[in-house]
Amino acid sequence: MSGILLLEQSLNGLQFGLMLFLLAAGLTLVFGIMDMINLAHGSLYMVGAFLAATFAELTGSFWLAVGLSLVGTALIGMALEMSVLRRLYARDHLSQVLATFAIILIANELVRIIWGPQVPLSTPPALAGPVQIVPGLDYSSYRLVIIAVGLAVAALLYLAVARTRAGMLVRAGASNREMAIAMGVNIKRLFTIVFGFGAALCAIAGAMLGPILAVQVGMGESILILAFVVIVIGGIGSVRGAFLASLLVGVADTFGRVLLPPALASMVIYILMAAVLFWRPQGLFPSHG
Amino acid sequence: MKRTLLALATAVPIVFSAHAADKVKVGFISTLSGPNAAIGGDIRDGFNLAIKLAGGKLGGLPAEVIVADDQLNPDVAKQNADRLLKRDRVDFVTGTVFSNVVLAIAPQVLESKTFFIGPNAGPAQYTGAQCNPFFFVSSWPSEAYSEAAGQYVTQRGFKNVVFLAPNYQGGKDAANGFKRYYKGKLAEELYTKLGQLDYAAELAQIRAAKPDALYVFLPGGMGINFIKQFVASGMSKDIQLVVPLWGSDQDIIRAVGDPMLGLFSLGHWTIDLDNPANKRFVAEFEKEYKRLPTGYAASGYDTGLLLDASIRKVKGKIEDKEALRAALKSADFKSVRGDFKFGANQFPVQSYYLQVVAKTADGKIAHKTMGTVLTNRGDAYVQDCKMK
Repeated sequence: MSGILLLEQSLNGLQFGLMLFLLAAGLTLVFGIMDMINLAHGSLYMVGAFLAATFAELTGSFWLAVGLSLVGTALIGMALEMSVLRRLYARDHLSQVLATFAIILIANELVRIIWGPQVPLSTPPALAGPVQIVPGLDYSSYRLVIIAVGLAVAALLYLAVARTRAGMLVRAGASNREMAIAMGVNIKRLFTIVFGFGAALCAIAGAMLGPILAVQVGMGESILILAFVVIVIGGIGSVRGAFLASLLVGVADTFGRVLLPPALASMVIYILMAAVLFWRPQGLFPSHG
Repeated sequence: MKRTLLALATAVPIVFSAHAADKVKVGFISTLSGPNAAIGGDIRDGFNLAIKLAGGKLGGLPAEVIVADDQLNPDVAKQNADRLLKRDRVDFVTGTVFSNVVLAIAPQVLESKTFFIGPNAGPAQYTGAQCNPFFFVSSWPSEAYSEAAGQYVTQRGFKNVVFLAPNYQGGKDAANGFKRYYKGKLAEELYTKLGQLDYAAELAQIRAAKPDALYVFLPGGMGINFIKQFVASGMSKDIQLVVPLWGSDQDIIRAVGDPMLGLFSLGHWTIDLDNPANKRFVAEFEKEYKRLPTGYAASGYDTGLLLDASIRKVKGKIEDKEALRAALKSADFKSVRGDFKFGANQFPVQSYYLQVVAKTADGKIAHKTMGTVLTNRGDAYVQDCKMK
């Protein structure tokens, strides 16, 4: 494998991993703090992308659209939590899976009714072309921006979780929910905020990936499965674990597709997950006190 | 008394069955939801347009089209087919988009001696030993576009080509077709997961292989994404991208826009083909649906014309299956693609054209015919079809 291929694949793996992280971070917090399996997480990613496409058309600015979509999706996420999901916390996981699967179907149909099966969203013109990184490697400038945005959001998330009071409550909730409630944490409000926050991260991922992939109905389902793989590998409830596991999955998948035959390549990350479950069932970086 | 009436009522159709039927029922099973819904929608719109222009009739008989969505799910498609055959007792089944759906429903349709007219996928299985008197394909045999691509790439003198397709039957068929006509070196033969949306890893491999041309067989949304990412990767200026007709048709032009200009494709129809049937089709389609037609729509429309002409030829006596089959097989209509006839296996024998994406006189982006790559081409398996 030549140096250029190695470099390009590493960038690809990093870019893919960081976007996975944006989804997995929200998912792992919801799962970790609320003990809630939310299959509809991918629907928020879809809604974020559709909102971004709509706002981009209305405002003419891609970045403004990303911002508006972030706010809009967070509000939708919080409304969803307050109206439906809140009632599911006390239920068992099977009920949660069934109910949130229903939300996926409803969301897909609603989006189809409102927007149709697909809407266009293009990269901002300034980023449409490639840039030369090293001689012989012109890399998509937009993918570099995705990497930058992903790293920036990850850093902000780290600061928010590790250094703020709200972050402390989140960590408390993730490591021991009952104790957090006993210590007087307003867990209800915290849940809503965490949910809205997770939805906002979904919106960033959806809006950023929209121009590369496609803004279409059902776009959330395939990436949701990967996000679940990530949180299982990383350890449920752990943002740090989600970050490292995302990068691991991103790099493993990208290199697997080059180095392995296609049938095996599509299994690589699941083999990785099975191995982690076998040797470290609690995940690589379980959340602890 | 009641029983007598019932017996009488059921007897009546038998009594009159020697005469023309009073209407024709078409079961239209198509992919109308999910990321590939646009394809089924195009075929349906083209088909319905043909009926509308014939005054709501097919061959003089009032036409009833019963539409069912297969959701690109073979199981759902089978249930649809069951309902259409047993409850609605349709005379024809058409509309299918994907080969896996065709393979799922064809056995029961053929078993019931109902005519199946494939308006899009033409799986290679049914071109050879498995050919069937009730199985027609009105679009193209599944290897044909890739054969034309192989021929074109060879003609252009490309010597180092990368092939990329999803890892499924259609992708394997495409590879067979391409390799049959491409004489140079295949630098890489890449297969991806069906439905993959991010091609970063494959693009890195393509860059490393340094090909002079690239043939990709990626239907629907997969193709849209690949082209967008290929352009963004900066490789489009050094590597000639070649795709099947639907790899650069209106659905994709709408999604990608200007970067599509200059892209070459191969197919059995082009929007600007200079024949009266096509001119009428394109104008009427745009008037009716306010968008330009795709190759899918053209195939749907031709399927409508085929049924119309065949039913007219048997003077509406669609119960006479032998006569109806002969009428279908004669393909006695003016196809929008120009010359068209059926081979012994009831798959098309036709020309394949080279198209380039260009700006039209009125500023739209559309295909322009650049020449004919294969003429009078059927498929590689017709000699295995023993059907008379």
